[in-house]
Amino acid sequence: MGSRASSLLREEDIEEIKKETGFSHSQITRLYSRFHSLDKGENGALSREDFQRIPELAINPLGDRIINAFFPEGEDQVNFRGFMRTLAHFRPVEDNEKNKDPSAGEPLNSRNNKLLFAFRLYDLDRDDKISRDELLQVLRMMVGVNISDEQLGSIADRTIQEADTNGDMCISFSEFIKVLEKVDVEQKMSIRFLH
Amino acid sequence: TTQLSQGYRSFKPTELHCLRVWLSVVLGLIVLPAMFGVSLGFTDLYVKALVKTLEWATLRIQRGQKEEDAVPAHLPNGIIEKDDGSMEEEIGELRRSHPKSLAGGDFTLCDAFYFCKKGIESIVEDQVTQRFTSEELASWNLLTRTNNNFHYISVRVTIIWGLGVFIRYCILLPLRVTLAVLGLSWLVIGTTLVGLLPHSNVKTWISDLIHVTCYRICARALSARIRYHNKENHPKKGGICVANHTSPIDIVILANDGCYAMVGQIHGGLMGVIQRSMVRSCPHVWFERSEMKDRHAVAKRLKDHVADKTKQPILIFPEGTCINNTSVMMFKKGSFDIGATIYPVAIKYDPQFGDAFWNSGKYNMVSYLLRMMTSWAIVCNVWYLPPMSLQDGEDAVHFANRVKSAIARQGGLVDLFWDGGLKREKVKESYKEEQQKMYSSMIVGQD
Repeated sequence: MGSRASSLLREEDIEEIKKETGFSHSQITRLYSRFHSLDKGENGALSREDFQRIPELAINPLGDRIINAFFPEGEDQVNFRGFMRTLAHFRPVEDNEKNKDPSAGEPLNSRNNKLLFAFRLYDLDRDDKISRDELLQVLRMMVGVNISDEQLGSIADRTIQEADTNGDMCISFSEFIKVLEKVDVEQKMSIRFLH
Repeated sequence: TTQLSQGYRSFKPTELHCLRVWLSVVLGLIVLPAMFGVSLGFTDLYVKALVKTLEWATLRIQRGQKEEDAVPAHLPNGIIEKDDGSMEEEIGELRRSHPKSLAGGDFTLCDAFYFCKKGIESIVEDQVTQRFTSEELASWNLLTRTNNNFHYISVRVTIIWGLGVFIRYCILLPLRVTLAVLGLSWLVIGTTLVGLLPHSNVKTWISDLIHVTCYRICARALSARIRYHNKENHPKKGGICVANHTSPIDIVILANDGCYAMVGQIHGGLMGVIQRSMVRSCPHVWFERSEMKDRHAVAKRLKDHVADKTKQPILIFPEGTCINNTSVMMFKKGSFDIGATIYPVAIKYDPQFGDAFWNSGKYNMVSYLLRMMTSWAIVCNVWYLPPMSLQDGEDAVHFANRVKSAIARQGGLVDLFWDGGLKREKVKESYKEEQQKMYSSMIVGQD
């Protein structure tokens, strides 16, 4: 007798994920149930189609970009570790996090890492720069057919102009951080996980 | 000759005697009272005993849980807590913290945060995919099939569980299967015989009797305890009865309290035999597979049926597919376009005693029925709601949504606009286009 889904998840794995992501034991088992229910092929990994089967995600204008964030470069499958690592970015930032072991490195849900996640939504070719073209493509995803090319182009130009400080007509990660320094990233890019 | 006699098993007199006793017990104590609608009180006693046992088991489990694994006694049905703000509110808040003043709408890089957060929230927990799997229980009900988050607790609980397995599989299951077989044979034979009679009031009366008694036997076969509320709103002839759909058993639940004309596709096999014999004694609306595609033909047949005031009310499940009884999904507008009076009915199963939901992707009909017959019991409430009709200036879609909300409210179910067809199909692009349109108006202001 034991929970069917989490009997495939060993205690050692749960401990490792706990250390890496900061999720609690019960949160990990609940998220494993969710992972398992999304995994229609029952092969221990999720494909892009598994994500697209979620209707609320399929109608999200940035759905494809979000799904992409789960898959490392060039891969089509994400296992539970990878799934949890990506979700960990959205854990709220708690005060006791600051007292954690400094040698553990920056936690996945730090303000910086949350901003990096958002940056990568725009940076389509993962070259650490948001070019005008990339910005246009993402804008097109968000607005659909409702805005003309010219209008969209001028919106993109204006955005780059405001953010670009070194004149290379692209937005680097540090420029991205500077533009959004007053935005409450901790709250807006966090999800309230229960227990 | 010795080899032959070893090959064949001869029936000893004692075995035949046992069989006779068994059948007479079943007939006398269960089938006959059921047919006359009389309850000997066995099911009520059984359910009371069950409740006590399950309460005891829950206490043991709560005591046995460690501090680390502590799941709150009333498990909130969710992994995350969501914000309920609209797109405008949320993006507006995001932009307020931006240094540049943005009057009249504009684009900012932080707009993507809204879509990102919504997207990740839907990956962790969404409103739709959870409706196509069985509901998670807050406390274990001693059935392994519902054991998702509970671990081994103690020897005593295991023993009770083992006893439960024995009772369910070795005592209840054979009894229930016998009853089901009896009930269905009675239906087929009875309706075929009645079909030979000429059309008359007597024929209708006998046909109704046969249908009701068969369903009552089937209800006993599931150890069903059904409570009907507001019987004064019972569907009348010439109307259409609509209800939320959880499983094929819904038909048995509703037909225990009245006769309905069924609507559906004609199947082959055993199902087809039952359907064909049913229609001999009283008019049901069965369609060939090809006819189902033609919406006008379907509507016409339904209209003709309700126009004839001597025919029973039609029973329709407008969701079109089985949902897990935690929510009501989109009602297809077809039955609301006919112009007949709609009698809404809400059905809510108590998941504590057995999960009635048919996950047709995971289980076929036979394994589903087996699961039903090895559950503790099926306990449910049926509410008859006051009749509703199409109002002036209202279209069928709006009417369907109105009825859906009424049913959801009464049954304590979540009212969703999502289509039950999403179980198998992709979501329509138009929903995404709606989102894009809404967002565009935030960037460029009023067009």
